[in-house]
Amino acid sequence: MSTKNWPLWEIFVRSKNGLEHRHCGSLHAADSEMALENARDVYTRRNEGVSIWVVESKHITASNPEHNGELFEPAQDKVYRHPTFYDLPDDVKHM
Amino acid sequence: MLNPFQHLIKKSYTMKNENLYNYILGIADNSLILGQRMGELCGHGPSLETDIACTNISLDLFGQVRSYFQYATKIAGDGRSEDDIAMLRQEREYKNVLLVEQPNTNFAYTLGRQFLFDIYHLAFLKELQKSTDLTLSAIANKCVKEVSYHARFSSDWIKRLGDGTDESKEKMQEAINDLWAYTDELFHQTDADKAMVAEGIGVDVTKLKDNYYREISQVLEEATLQVPGSKYFQKGGKQGIHTEHLGYILAELQYMQRAYPNMEW
Amino acid sequence: MSEEQIRSLERQFEERIARDEKIEPKDWMPEKYRQTHIRQMSQHAHSEIVGMLPEGNWITRAPSLRRKVALLAKVQDEAGHGLYLYSATETLGISRDEMYEQLHTGKAKYSSIFNYPTITWADMGAIGWLVDGAAIINQVPLCNTSYGPYARAMIRVCKEESFHQRQGFEIMMKLANGTPEQKDMAQDALNRWWWPSLMMLGPTDDVSVHTEQSMKWKLKRKSNDDLRQQFIDQTVPQADLIGLTIPDPDLKWNEERGSYDFGEIDWDEFWQVVKGHGPMNKERMKARVGAWERGEWVRDAAMAHAEKKQVRKEKQAV
Repeated sequence: MSTKNWPLWEIFVRSKNGLEHRHCGSLHAADSEMALENARDVYTRRNEGVSIWVVESKHITASNPEHNGELFEPAQDKVYRHPTFYDLPDDVKHM
Repeated sequence: MLNPFQHLIKKSYTMKNENLYNYILGIADNSLILGQRMGELCGHGPSLETDIACTNISLDLFGQVRSYFQYATKIAGDGRSEDDIAMLRQEREYKNVLLVEQPNTNFAYTLGRQFLFDIYHLAFLKELQKSTDLTLSAIANKCVKEVSYHARFSSDWIKRLGDGTDESKEKMQEAINDLWAYTDELFHQTDADKAMVAEGIGVDVTKLKDNYYREISQVLEEATLQVPGSKYFQKGGKQGIHTEHLGYILAELQYMQRAYPNMEW
Repeated sequence: MSEEQIRSLERQFEERIARDEKIEPKDWMPEKYRQTHIRQMSQHAHSEIVGMLPEGNWITRAPSLRRKVALLAKVQDEAGHGLYLYSATETLGISRDEMYEQLHTGKAKYSSIFNYPTITWADMGAIGWLVDGAAIINQVPLCNTSYGPYARAMIRVCKEESFHQRQGFEIMMKLANGTPEQKDMAQDALNRWWWPSLMMLGPTDDVSVHTEQSMKWKLKRKSNDDLRQQFIDQTVPQADLIGLTIPDPDLKWNEERGSYDFGEIDWDEFWQVVKGHGPMNKERMKARVGAWERGEWVRDAAMAHAEKKQVRKEKQAV
């Protein structure tokens, strides 16, 4: 029986310059170099990427959905942050 | 699939250019047999991720084979297809080096074989890029990127297995020691080689040798492995005199074409 | 948590799914939802990697270079799909190694179809056409399943898999239009793979367990019998098109139902294979366990090397 298993890594791929890296999945690798190589072989077989980030999964801190109320709901009534909050006559162009 | 280098192929070649034809086969057979060996592993690798990586290498190699053989069919100009050339020659007509036909004894042998070939292959392709034959240099331009990755991948694994556990070190060292005997042949020149070098088409492999052993030694040292000292080498592949392994490789590679001749698939 | 609180959470949970909201890994979920998903998703992942074996069997013998690269790429995709699905399952708190352990000890199941042997080249065509065809019917609705990571993995799988069935059908078509020998090979493969493919869509509705719950969680959108009918109705005309005969004397178009009537499926055979006594069950497991055990020293070495490198890096930093 193996003493230690390869840790899990999260893979982020930039599909082309100008776009952000997007999470596309995860995989196992012994170290960061191997994670990059594996990510290239697993997640960019069909020309999906021009750049890869790998992050060991344990280093990601995620918000807890139980706190979603306090974290995200307060933003819901701040309608003045959106352009449609402001009434302007139709004659005003380019604004 | 269309040959991406179709536009570069001159229609005027005839079989009088036998040296060029043989030269191309010499290059392509290495990729063919190594690709076949790597393909054997698909589904049986040590982890899913490595399985996918090894299959990618196999796919790269077969892609190269197709480019070379499609070019060779034009030069032969006798109506034979890429598959005829790949699958319907006799044992003695395959010109690959002995190294690439060595079996997947274990993962150390698989990666050791890959590494010892990749370092040569990359240096070879970098020279072939300068070929005066535009088709060959275009193929080399594409392949050099693939093989750069292979060399990086296999070198990294040599370091992992060499400088891993006691068990892996022992296995990796054994594989390198055994495969070492097949390295010298990479730098032997055939008659076709010499003729092609003289025409500015081919690569003078004798000039790649010193740098090859330097690079190999660097990686082995970093992997805390011994560079084998043996001066006894095996040769013959380039003349079609192979190890006993090749017959079995061909038995599988050729099976369908032999059992069901003259059919479309 | 009190039982009442749990019931209330469960109610909210079911309402979210009914509203087509996705469930994500850190969300609260009923234990049964977690366990059912681990079972179905890992079984799906296992099917992908065991499924590599019957086709991998023909890589070295593919009849042309074009067929060889296509087959290699396809079998490689299956490894990729297994990987996506294992990763998605890991978000439910089980490791890939634990899932392997379940597969290797026979605790976890995989699709029974892969316990049949691939004895001729035409089997590569039949698997792509029929087995992947049946799989797609099962899989497409899963792109919209309730568990986010599973749905995302399935979207990727379905996108990549679109070439698999076409590849299989093309192989069959070429054989069916080829020499008499080739046509016989194709018909023989269809004869052998037809009934196992129908079985692959699962037991009949009257004996199928879990269905109601799975429908609610969108792990299943249609019943096994409906899926089977859909598969038959779409496949029969394809066989006609290339001049092959479906090996079912009772197969007949039913004008009234707008579907094909078909013959009795040999469910004894199905259960025999499911219980581990198909033609290839033992060989398939031996191949998987063998690869895993032969790879152990490699995986250990990579970890040992990574740790050494880490130590060296830390020393340098000091």
